[in-house]
Amino acid sequence: MTDTMTWERFTPGQRLARFAVYLGAVSLFVFSLSTVEIIPEFLYDAPYQLQDLFTRMWPVDFASYTQENIHDALIETLNIASLGTILALFLAVPVALLSANNITKSPVLNWCGKFILVSSRTVNSLVWAILFVAIFGPGALAGTFAIGFRSIGFCGKLLAEALEEVDHGPIEALRAAGAPTVSVLLKGYWPQVAPAFWGLALFRWDINVRESSVIGLVGAGGIGVALDTALNLFRWQQVALILLCIFTIVIIAEIVVTKIRQNII
Amino acid sequence: MTTDVQRKSPFKANIVARMGWLLLACYVVYALNALDFTWTRFIDGLGNGADFLSEMIPPNFERWKLLVENLIETIEIAVIASVFGVGLSLPIGMCAARNLMPEWVTWPARTVIAVCRSFHPVIFAILFVKAVGFGPLAGILTLIFLSIGFIGKLFAEAIEEISLKPVEAMKAAGAPFLSVLIFAVLPQVFNRFIGFATYQFDANLRNSTMVGIVGAGGIGGTLFAAFQRFDYDFLAAILISIVALIMLSEIISVKIKAIFND
Repeated sequence: MTDTMTWERFTPGQRLARFAVYLGAVSLFVFSLSTVEIIPEFLYDAPYQLQDLFTRMWPVDFASYTQENIHDALIETLNIASLGTILALFLAVPVALLSANNITKSPVLNWCGKFILVSSRTVNSLVWAILFVAIFGPGALAGTFAIGFRSIGFCGKLLAEALEEVDHGPIEALRAAGAPTVSVLLKGYWPQVAPAFWGLALFRWDINVRESSVIGLVGAGGIGVALDTALNLFRWQQVALILLCIFTIVIIAEIVVTKIRQNII
Repeated sequence: MTTDVQRKSPFKANIVARMGWLLLACYVVYALNALDFTWTRFIDGLGNGADFLSEMIPPNFERWKLLVENLIETIEIAVIASVFGVGLSLPIGMCAARNLMPEWVTWPARTVIAVCRSFHPVIFAILFVKAVGFGPLAGILTLIFLSIGFIGKLFAEAIEEISLKPVEAMKAAGAPFLSVLIFAVLPQVFNRFIGFATYQFDANLRNSTMVGIVGAGGIGGTLFAAFQRFDYDFLAAILISIVALIMLSEIISVKIKAIFND
């Protein structure tokens, strides 16, 4: 054997770590496949069932748009999404200030803020909806709070990141001139984070339109309630109409957001 | 919109900005009325909320066997869906990258991705529950669709951002197409791909707690059942274990990303 040096891309430790990840992933996958309760016959049957579903959905029952007040439900969905976004922004600002480490200097408070943000994001919007339905009873109020609390994590995280990236020049200038903290926040931080703030508000509103169209499935208002009713009554033609409405409203929300972003931000 | 005025000097009184805020306030008042919110309902709700919280505490872990079984099923759904979803989104994302493929390949792939992204996962879950019946299979299929929509898009964007020099070099040396993909394209996007895959696993874990609410398997079904039976202390136990599970998986995915990032 010669003792020539050979170049290797990775150290043995790195290779071992990667191998461990691959091994872990594969064994987890094999374990899952072997123990999960799947009835293969159902899978073979799926194309036929889907075809059956679509034939039941056709023709789309456009008459029920006025009969079953789908229009009102759609407006309610949009209101829930918008109000929920506004509520989320209101609640997210203090939490973001708390978790931005250049504004709140205490690591303990930073950690508290981060914890609030993470727990808001971990709990799914449907689960939030269940909780608020238990508190406020079924209806749009529960939906708005669910959307709002679910969005705190997203808005707060992005806002805190924007706050941590601000330019310190104007802030030091304001401090040197003796401005009180509120003025520093309003005139030093706010103008710098405003574009990011409106951008994330729009982005979150777009997501919230999607989410608010399904939280009605657990009773939290909006078009999901109509969807749930139609599903429970096996009125598939009406289900098709509602799905079409949700699809349209989601596309419109996306187009609106893209347009506003192109023209303004 | 209030947005266009924020760039102007903040020290002057800005009429347009004030009008924007006023419009926003008007909308809030209108929406509060339209949704029939009243202060008394809110106050009543706070009382209910206090009752609700006091019933949730202490969390009831007595039926931990059921809880663990459901958590394992949730993890299984997330794992299988992530493997198939990520595996399928590799070729689809590659086909959707405009700098590698001709247009007649990219637009069908982009259509598939757009369809997968168009609906909320719960709606997919409802349709799949109808197609394959109650149980984890419906949840797995839902999350596979979701993963294709998400990773396919991000992966296509990542490929569109690569440097084309290695690709050209390999083509000039006469490498076949597959070799170009494996040796010139994949190494440039592999790290980001691992990042997307671990993120998607987290997302699937979160969502697999949700698809159960419409009957697609996992812990969501138990959660919804506990809610409907006013079994709030068990509900609290389920919520705590879901949050713990997701935090654990986030920690693991940070570790995995660190391993692949050097």
